[in-house]
Amino acid sequence: MTATRTAYKWVGTRPVRHDGLDKVTGRARFGADFATAGMLHGAVLRSPHAHARIRSIDVSEALAVSGVKAIITGADLPELDDNQVEGGEGNATYRDLSRNILARDKVLYEGHAVAAVAATTLRVAEQAAQLIRVEYQVLAPVLTIEEAMADDAPLLHDDLFTSGLDSPPKEPSNIAARHVTSRGDPDAAWEEADLVVEREYFTKAVHQGYIEPHAVVAQIGEDGKGTVWGSSQGHFVIRTLTANVLGWDPGDMKFIPAEIGGGFGGKTTIYLEPLAALLSRRTGRPVKMVMTRHEVFRATGPTSGTWMKVKMGARKDGKLVAAQAWMAYEAGAFPGSPVGLGVMGIFACYDIPNVYLEGYDVVVNKPKVAAYRAPGAPMVGFAAESVIDELAEQLRIDPVEIRLRNAVAEGVRAVYGPKYRKIGLVETLETARDHPHYSAPLGPWQGRGVASGWWMNYGGETSATVNINSDGTAVVMSGCPDIGGSRASLAQMAAEELGIDVHRIEPVVADTHSIGYNDLTGGSRVTFAVGMAVVSAARELIEDMCSRAARMWDVPPEEVEWVEGRAQSVSGAFPPLTLEELAAGSARTGGPLSATNTVNPRGVGVAFSTQICDVEVDPETGRVTILRYTVAQDAGRAIHPDYVEGQMQGGVVQGIGWALNEEYIFDGDGVMENPGFLDYRMPVASDLPMIDTVIVEVPNPEHPYGVRGVGEVGIVPPLGAVANAVYAATGKRIQELPMSPVKVLEALSSG
Amino acid sequence: MKYQAPTSIEEAVALLSSDPGARVFAGATDLIPQFQGGRPEPSMLVDLKGVPQTGVLECQNGYWRVGAAVPAARLTSHRELVSAFPGLVEGTSLIGSDQIQGRATLGGNLCNASPAADSVPPLVALGATAVIVGAAGRRSVPVSEIVIGPGATSLHHAEFITEFRIPVPARGCSDAYERFIPRTEMDIAVVGAAARIRLDDQGRCRDATVVLGAVAPTVAEVSAAAEILRGRQLAEAPNCKAFWEELGEAAVASCNPIDDKRGTVQFRRRVAAVLARRTVATAARRAKEAI
Repeated sequence: MTATRTAYKWVGTRPVRHDGLDKVTGRARFGADFATAGMLHGAVLRSPHAHARIRSIDVSEALAVSGVKAIITGADLPELDDNQVEGGEGNATYRDLSRNILARDKVLYEGHAVAAVAATTLRVAEQAAQLIRVEYQVLAPVLTIEEAMADDAPLLHDDLFTSGLDSPPKEPSNIAARHVTSRGDPDAAWEEADLVVEREYFTKAVHQGYIEPHAVVAQIGEDGKGTVWGSSQGHFVIRTLTANVLGWDPGDMKFIPAEIGGGFGGKTTIYLEPLAALLSRRTGRPVKMVMTRHEVFRATGPTSGTWMKVKMGARKDGKLVAAQAWMAYEAGAFPGSPVGLGVMGIFACYDIPNVYLEGYDVVVNKPKVAAYRAPGAPMVGFAAESVIDELAEQLRIDPVEIRLRNAVAEGVRAVYGPKYRKIGLVETLETARDHPHYSAPLGPWQGRGVASGWWMNYGGETSATVNINSDGTAVVMSGCPDIGGSRASLAQMAAEELGIDVHRIEPVVADTHSIGYNDLTGGSRVTFAVGMAVVSAARELIEDMCSRAARMWDVPPEEVEWVEGRAQSVSGAFPPLTLEELAAGSARTGGPLSATNTVNPRGVGVAFSTQICDVEVDPETGRVTILRYTVAQDAGRAIHPDYVEGQMQGGVVQGIGWALNEEYIFDGDGVMENPGFLDYRMPVASDLPMIDTVIVEVPNPEHPYGVRGVGEVGIVPPLGAVANAVYAATGKRIQELPMSPVKVLEALSSG
Repeated sequence: MKYQAPTSIEEAVALLSSDPGARVFAGATDLIPQFQGGRPEPSMLVDLKGVPQTGVLECQNGYWRVGAAVPAARLTSHRELVSAFPGLVEGTSLIGSDQIQGRATLGGNLCNASPAADSVPPLVALGATAVIVGAAGRRSVPVSEIVIGPGATSLHHAEFITEFRIPVPARGCSDAYERFIPRTEMDIAVVGAAARIRLDDQGRCRDATVVLGAVAPTVAEVSAAAEILRGRQLAEAPNCKAFWEELGEAAVASCNPIDDKRGTVQFRRRVAAVLARRTVATAARRAKEAI
């Protein structure tokens, strides 16, 4: 269902996606599908210890195995300085990125790569990797934020000094950074509050859970130039990171994007790419590397586990007067958790005059976190939306109503700085309130929860090209991998502009040598930013075609207009020229019809989502069943509603998994106990009802079609919505995720 | 690693006897993930599916013969078997996804010797015996005596199970199996419970067997169940009579669970009580229909 109607021919419709047939028939080629002649296979030796010093590495026995062509270790990568990685979504320095690719001096998590082997078969490579002798001095692992922040904690990095403190620290610690934001005077404002609720929350590290493991093939020649095939969320960025880690020039490598089987932020950084490239350079042969699921869990992703303390005060009428939060996020083995985004996001939905926020980035002996859909925001959403639910209950105000009384709107200054432009939080809340779901009856042991969420979205550097073929069909080229239906959406915007059928347009994700630079597919940016470039390129083409028609007719350009795919003379003196005719005759009017546009857009539309969740709890086993779920999300304008709804549903389902059963489980030595989909429990289809979606459209005035990013915000509210529903069903507030049956049953039997 | 596919019991036994590192398999649905997880590979894998006796599925002389290598999908689609042993089929249907069901077998599920195997509590509750062959000939052993601990069986090297024999249910007798998992599928039992209930013509319990899975190193029979339930009218909901509480307590007393990534000791004990009551109620409802 779509809340507003559009007057467009293609925008807002649901054509079959251009890449759909190849995907459902198995023709689409994903990362691991690529193979080439003479290819070697790579395998990685990974640390069995969560924390250890590497005393020595002896590869001689492994190198002697028949079929082994090369082995690399951390010593084969150049020593890099502390420059911040630009363009990637995760925060890291090149020094740390390099040490995450191959450990040097120390291993910092179980699964940390220590060496990589290239051999004639995968089996030989794997067996040879086991013959590499690594002498470790095992150290005590640091597995929780509490342990890591303790004064006597073992240190992961003896050169890590906390940034952002009032005075620079004298001693190193596991706290990489402190982020503080404030406004007003919360200390004084608590007195204005009739009710103050203060609570503590914990969440676990969770993985993005994309179905396709990381995979790459690299072929680098004797001249150091070559080609890399693989799936990622942005082959330009992956190329830059890979080249910089190797000390090579990015322009020497052509990165060709494969189809991508899910990323959710986790494929915005590199793991295998430099290994395959360096092994290929060493051997002169193409090298293929594909992770197993175990490796994906143990060495990529996840997002942070967190510890949060939140205090909020409200007047009797529900108006929030002050809020304060202390947040600590696990960064994993190297600094760079998304805690800064948690600080930005925790109260971003609400207009609160007095706020104090403090966030800590903490290293622990777990895989280095990577971006995950709205990085940093879902956890703080769990905390803040739980506290607001308690305030509403104690003040006897409806939970949607209390949010409406505090909701941010156009002109309100966000806690993180800027004034909001046109936004749709209020509209999502009103939509939820008026939805039949919100007033549907509930049975025993059933409960309903509500939560809202914010995500800022991103613009980013973008290039797009529109080419007209001689038959009047068009190719729309972008450089952003399509992870959510962006090809169809870009084609629809081009069709709308050019006035031709959307299926006469072929949207293409071009390689790094075929189009200008593009930032990642991330930040919910592609339909927004690439869409702007495509629209501008199409408009430039139309202007070109109109001026060609004007020349042919010998009239001033303003006497030609573009209507429904044809150049028309305003006076009607000439028969119109169709796109097909203009394309066929382009050789005589100035050459091929092509336009390229580049943009680094401002005017990103901030996204909000409000969600209603019904659960039933089995009081005897603690099992939580999601009965009904409704999402109201502001999409600005839905270009292809199917894919907007798909993004809303996908975000919710990942959030439900995070809330109920997903977690990294470690033994006392820091070894991950559940590195597979059997015991890392993502929801399966039969666990869920149909996730009902309502697309709210408050168009973003900064985009030609009103687009806001839609990919991420959907995952922000579910943690709070599910927790609030579990409370409504049981009378128990669970402040630690996941709300697994064990934890719910414990809560039910307490007090 | 050599692969062998014998077509007779004799050939299979000879192959196994020839190599102390040989291992039998049927569906391999546990074996392959174990290899992928880094478990050492045996020197020889002997595929039992080609041995005709392992594929038998028929009812004769008062008992059902179910071949050890019959795929789960064949059992769950066998109408008479479903009606005779609905609980056994429930347990069998829970072994893996649809794709796995085409490969997984009762023999494999038992001999993998996981405490959480879904088909084992119902097999034990039904009083099934396993027919074992080996170099020393043939023997029959109650299923309850096959598994002796996690990953360990009482079978000798070069022995394997060809078939299970399960007594045809008497009038007024039926069974049920239920497991607890945090999700709805694609998971391993945190607790499993099977019940076999026989009712008299008035609907009172004549006999009962309750067997728990995943709460001890091997399946655990609730030995007090028959005594608690005998003579009881089982038509009511499981929580309104004291004997239901007693049954739950007896189930808890039969548990010897561990804390692990899938559940805690406390949780397993409590849920064992719940599932014992629920499966007895389900089996009794079915038994009533069989009077």
